[in-house]
Amino acid sequence: MSSAPSLIASTGDSLREAFGRALSDLADEFPEVVVLDADIAGGTGTHHFRTSHPERFFQFGIAEQNMMAAAGGMAAVGLVPVVTTFAVFCLRALEQARLSIAYAQRNAKIVASHPGIDVGPDGGSAQALEDLAAFRAIPGMTVISPADPVEMRLATRAILAHQGPCYMRTGRSPSRRIFGDDHKFEIGKGQIIHEGNDVTLVATGVEVARALDAAAILKEEGISARVVNMATIKPIDGELLARCAAQTGAFVTAEDHNIHGGLGSAVAEALATRHPCPIEFVGMKDEFGASGEPEELAAHFGLDAHAIARAAHTVLARKTKRRNR
Amino acid sequence: MGLNVFEAGRPETTSPYDTLAVQVRAAATFTRKHAIAAIYHAGSGHPGGALSCADILAALFGAELNLWPDEPNEPDRDRFVLSKGHAAPALYAVASHFGFCSPRAALSLRKLGSPFQGHPHVIDLPWVETSTGSLGQGISVAVGMAMGLRLKKSSARVYALLGDGELQEGEVWEAAMCAAHYGLDNLCAIIDYNKLQSDARNDAIMRLEPLAAKWRAFDWAVAEIDGHDVDALLRTLRRAGGSQGRPSLIIAHTIKGKGVPYMENVPTWHGSVKLTRAQAVEALTALGSADAEIEEFLA
Repeated sequence: MSSAPSLIASTGDSLREAFGRALSDLADEFPEVVVLDADIAGGTGTHHFRTSHPERFFQFGIAEQNMMAAAGGMAAVGLVPVVTTFAVFCLRALEQARLSIAYAQRNAKIVASHPGIDVGPDGGSAQALEDLAAFRAIPGMTVISPADPVEMRLATRAILAHQGPCYMRTGRSPSRRIFGDDHKFEIGKGQIIHEGNDVTLVATGVEVARALDAAAILKEEGISARVVNMATIKPIDGELLARCAAQTGAFVTAEDHNIHGGLGSAVAEALATRHPCPIEFVGMKDEFGASGEPEELAAHFGLDAHAIARAAHTVLARKTKRRNR
Repeated sequence: MGLNVFEAGRPETTSPYDTLAVQVRAAATFTRKHAIAAIYHAGSGHPGGALSCADILAALFGAELNLWPDEPNEPDRDRFVLSKGHAAPALYAVASHFGFCSPRAALSLRKLGSPFQGHPHVIDLPWVETSTGSLGQGISVAVGMAMGLRLKKSSARVYALLGDGELQEGEVWEAAMCAAHYGLDNLCAIIDYNKLQSDARNDAIMRLEPLAAKWRAFDWAVAEIDGHDVDALLRTLRRAGGSQGRPSLIIAHTIKGKGVPYMENVPTWHGSVKLTRAQAVEALTALGSADAEIEEFLA
């Protein structure tokens, strides 16, 4: 007799697993929370909530537009809906999120797993590279992308406690632990997680661990790089960015997303009006992803630590040229 | 200047001997007149689909919905969602007739600073249950409300009014499947089936028939009526409450532009149009307004 197939579900240290466990753990503390799923609970991590609180778990089938707008209706009667699906399918229901959630100012949370090339072998069709840009452009929408399982737990609590619509990325692949149990998370606040004076590396999501690796590479090369974890992309922490610009005078942004419209754009917008300085952008360069393992893809598309370090050299050359002008 | 016409049709001034149907017909007539006047003042708006659903809205607000203008946030109130959000002028008119807002203020339709936007917005008007204007979403929001109210053990019912062209949106059928799957018998959808959409007849754009059979196949309890027959509307809405284990659907056959002969069944009057004063006068006259009333509406 053959054994059952082993499905590749949310397990281990992935951000989706951390989110799913946190959601289930927080359910009693937030009794108005309900979870909405479109037939991928095992993939988004919400199967934990389904098991612990079945009466507050709503299956919508493979129909994301209806699910997203229905979340608006649930919020209208006083519930706090957490809409969960893959990031690409959040794009499918973008207009529902715009009208029936954001425009109506509903207290609903959209949590997207499988963002970016971190999706890996499922390939280009499944790798959302536009979600941060799209949701950032919706008025009143808070946009968050935590970096590790510890931060994911804290961010999950924070979005449930926050009044207003939020879009949060989790992640498919095993995630590196970055933070200790004393880590703090506050919506709208970035953090300097590694000190340095020559250049600031601002990263979000899976790119934070790679930015830390890049700082180590740069240190070997005699460059002192500061690393900022920017888990909230909107509202962006402009104050911290301006301070870092004043202190280091050069920036590299890093995100698992198209370089147009996401973290890099948000940082550039914030610095343009506060403290302009040279910036290099690490991310997908206006192209779609492909199948492969996440680390292979990061190297292939220039999102790995070496790419961030190379971008730091480029921006430092521009900084020097600027000073010498 | 006293806007007496705005008081004349109010329910409290209707004779206590009038039947509910008479009151609802009066509300429908006021709704048509007010919508025409508001669209005239706005310089744009969708008259055809506002006139076709006036009797449906009057039956809902005048009889079926458990709503109280003084308590727009009562948790156990019935919810009404105007999924065909472009019929906003008719919604504002009927709501003003039943005391949810001022009839005079509602003539500021589509003006900067007015809460009476071109499509209804929940943040601007507390008695509007959700923002609509993008077809297909209202029915999904209504489904979410019905699911949420059931979870909260509320006896409130949810009503959604859809356009016929709106049924071409795939989201409507996602919502239809979902409502039947969950057996949402606290949900009633009404289709304003006037057979016309923006550019032409439904048939010419994208066929909807066999419409009743489609909804029955989705396991809804379906009734088909004349959407201008107030007695039938009242009876069918009441009966829809007993659909036990299934959501209910009322296909209301209507005439686009109903009540204004030059608009009836002419697709051009679907879209956002500008009404000249002469056109507005002709429309109000056809709807039974005397000269003094026309003057009050159009002043």
